[in-house]
Amino acid sequence: MFDKFKDWERNRHDYAKDWQQRTGRKVLGYFCTYVPEEILYAAGVLPVRILGSHEPQDVTEPHIFGMFCPFCRDCLAQGLKGRYDYLDGLMIAQSCLHIRQTYTSWVKHIPIDFTYYMPHPMKLQSPRALPYLIEEIRVFKKAVEEWTGQEITDEKLQNAIDVYNENRRLMREIYDLRKAGDPKLTGEEAMEMVISSQMTDKAEHNEELKKVLAQLPSRETGRDIGTRLMILGSENDDIEFLNMVESCGATFVVDDHCTGTRYFWNEVEHNGDLIEDLAQRYIDRPRCPSKDWEERTRVEHIVKLANEWDVKGAIVIQQKFCDPHELDIPAIRKTLKENGVDNLFLEFDVTVPIGQFKVRVEAFLEMISEEDLFD
Amino acid sequence: MTTKELYKTRPLESWGKAKEIRQNYYRDYAKAHEKGGLRWAGGAWTFGAIPCGLGEDVWSITSEPYGASIAANKEFSQKCLEATEKAGYARDLCSYMRNYWGSVILNEYAFGGPFPKPDFLWQDHICCSHAKWYQVVSDLEGGLPNFCIDVSVGPYHEITKHKIDYLVNQMHDGIEWLEKVTGRTYNDELLIEAVYNECRSTSVWAEICVLNKVVPAPLEEKTMYSLYVLGTLMKHSKIVADYYEELRDEVQDRVDNQIAAIANEQCRLMSDTQPPWGFLSLFRYLEKFGALSVGSLYTFGLIGMWEDKPDGTWGPRTTPQQQGIEIKDRDQALRILADWNLSKPEWQHFYSPHLKTDMMVRIAKEWKLDGVMLHYNRGCEGLSIGIAENRLGLIDAGYPVMTFEGNMGDEREFDLSKTMGRVDAFMETLGYKK
Repeated sequence: MFDKFKDWERNRHDYAKDWQQRTGRKVLGYFCTYVPEEILYAAGVLPVRILGSHEPQDVTEPHIFGMFCPFCRDCLAQGLKGRYDYLDGLMIAQSCLHIRQTYTSWVKHIPIDFTYYMPHPMKLQSPRALPYLIEEIRVFKKAVEEWTGQEITDEKLQNAIDVYNENRRLMREIYDLRKAGDPKLTGEEAMEMVISSQMTDKAEHNEELKKVLAQLPSRETGRDIGTRLMILGSENDDIEFLNMVESCGATFVVDDHCTGTRYFWNEVEHNGDLIEDLAQRYIDRPRCPSKDWEERTRVEHIVKLANEWDVKGAIVIQQKFCDPHELDIPAIRKTLKENGVDNLFLEFDVTVPIGQFKVRVEAFLEMISEEDLFD
Repeated sequence: MTTKELYKTRPLESWGKAKEIRQNYYRDYAKAHEKGGLRWAGGAWTFGAIPCGLGEDVWSITSEPYGASIAANKEFSQKCLEATEKAGYARDLCSYMRNYWGSVILNEYAFGGPFPKPDFLWQDHICCSHAKWYQVVSDLEGGLPNFCIDVSVGPYHEITKHKIDYLVNQMHDGIEWLEKVTGRTYNDELLIEAVYNECRSTSVWAEICVLNKVVPAPLEEKTMYSLYVLGTLMKHSKIVADYYEELRDEVQDRVDNQIAAIANEQCRLMSDTQPPWGFLSLFRYLEKFGALSVGSLYTFGLIGMWEDKPDGTWGPRTTPQQQGIEIKDRDQALRILADWNLSKPEWQHFYSPHLKTDMMVRIAKEWKLDGVMLHYNRGCEGLSIGIAENRLGLIDAGYPVMTFEGNMGDEREFDLSKTMGRVDAFMETLGYKK
């Protein structure tokens, strides 16, 4: 049922090149999910999120100091190895320092037609963030119009927002099904679904989501659900890891990742001016820790997810050296524990020691089960 | 032999005064409550001029220099770092931050007594750790009023009105917040005075750095660390602005009389990022080769404010007072403060390492350098961002580059003897001997 998503996720370059060929339109690679993709989509551009390949590599050492996160180096390696040589454009919306280096090194060393660094407010809790972001989106829109030669009319932008909102709504419906005792899909499948949405035409992705949604309620997975888990933390597209955990008698039922809920959780709400509506959406979405201050709004949101999805335990992952998450994790782990959600912390690299992690995960699941015995 | 004495040298006469200003700073912060005053904590880059409007009895502690002060005391630093790790925080986070948090957790002030709890937190945010640093401080202190201004609006050459507005509007909000949390009425006259002082001190610091273009250099970087730090403590104060003018006059006198920082100057270098504070002897080791570091973008541009001069050189930014601008109200003061700080050289590389490379190459040319020592600093992601690209850019520009890995505030990640070995090899490459 989820094979199409898996295929798109695994063969992302083939999909993008084919899309480029059949539509004759531009493909833009982006870093960080704060990029307002709707603007690009309205201009007929396919935005694809650049992710790593989870292979050891030796090409980024001259460009990014090894104390920065493995994810940002893995992404740059994809560019340096020519795997994204079909891109017409490249952009980033300002987020953490780590991934910013991927963008700046890429721009310097890999020729590309259009590049754009989009300033983006970091203090999303300030009322001043909205007018600032509105103006930045307007400037960005103009740059995209000049690049593509396409005027982004209100009609085109409204259509893009509608397509994106539908995508968000459909994925959320699927996530809602995971609240049930039988969640109908695995965490691995959910992650493949969301990641594939970041690298395909949302209209096509929507059609596939509708097919899945039609079949999902009657799906019999035939697998033991085991312990209901949540996964959260840094950027995570390590599908092999999710697969390993779910083979140990557990099922991920919800997440707080930018390859999961943080990407699609809230829709653009129509209140008036489309650009203003768009800006409000990117301010209101579940936040990346680098943009969550002075208050820690993430903690409350994560606990709410854990409660609503009836989570028994959480795996808190962090890309090695990921400062923004490192700065939130102690508070999150403490609050989860106080709310009855035991959690296991694991540090991720480009590749993870799957055998060692399996031992730790099994011990964690056993611990949770023991607690259940005496409840 | 390169160790031959070529120039006259002598210690700085104003050195004692610099030391006294620093000592008074940490004492005044600790004793602020005894005088009925207020204490606040925030970063060295924060808009310290703004809390000045609360009164003349308001004292601050800036986090990075405090973390560096702890780092210089290896035994205390070790205790602080371990206390932070025990509390669950990752060992690879900013080492200033970890030293600082450790001092709070242990309730030990590096200058004696318990850690003086601030009344409020006043921070700015350009690096991933800045705002989050004080989020954790607030957690550790059981909740403290905390306000942080986001300054990450892109490089200065792309600044537009709406970006300045973003900062200035946050500053206005911040002043309302300060009045609310302190119960005090804000005095715009004190703000205006602080803005004038900040522009003066940071421009004069750049003037002092310019004097180091001369051969022989009147200052070397180890000494400059103890001088620039005053700007990181209270760049908005009259005390620091006045002192920097006195220091500038003394350094000018050294230039006029060819008083060198080191007597055997033959090889001019620059460093980059914060040094490993517990191992400044590394800079003395250079002198054995007749080498010195004449500064860095870090010592020049962390506090110093710069601009292109009509003759094409890099020089001190012209202050509002030098331009004859009279600041008349709060909004004007805040706009000047925002614009002034956004031009800070050390803020530009947060958006592109290539902007930093351009400035470094410029320094290498104008300060007549023979090579560059890059500290790949595991303790600071904010200043190490893009450093590998800086290396490539400097090499492309024809400058020999030596790299060494370390940590400004965690001695467990620095190996002095290994680094000295790298210096030996670098010097041999450049043709200098002990």
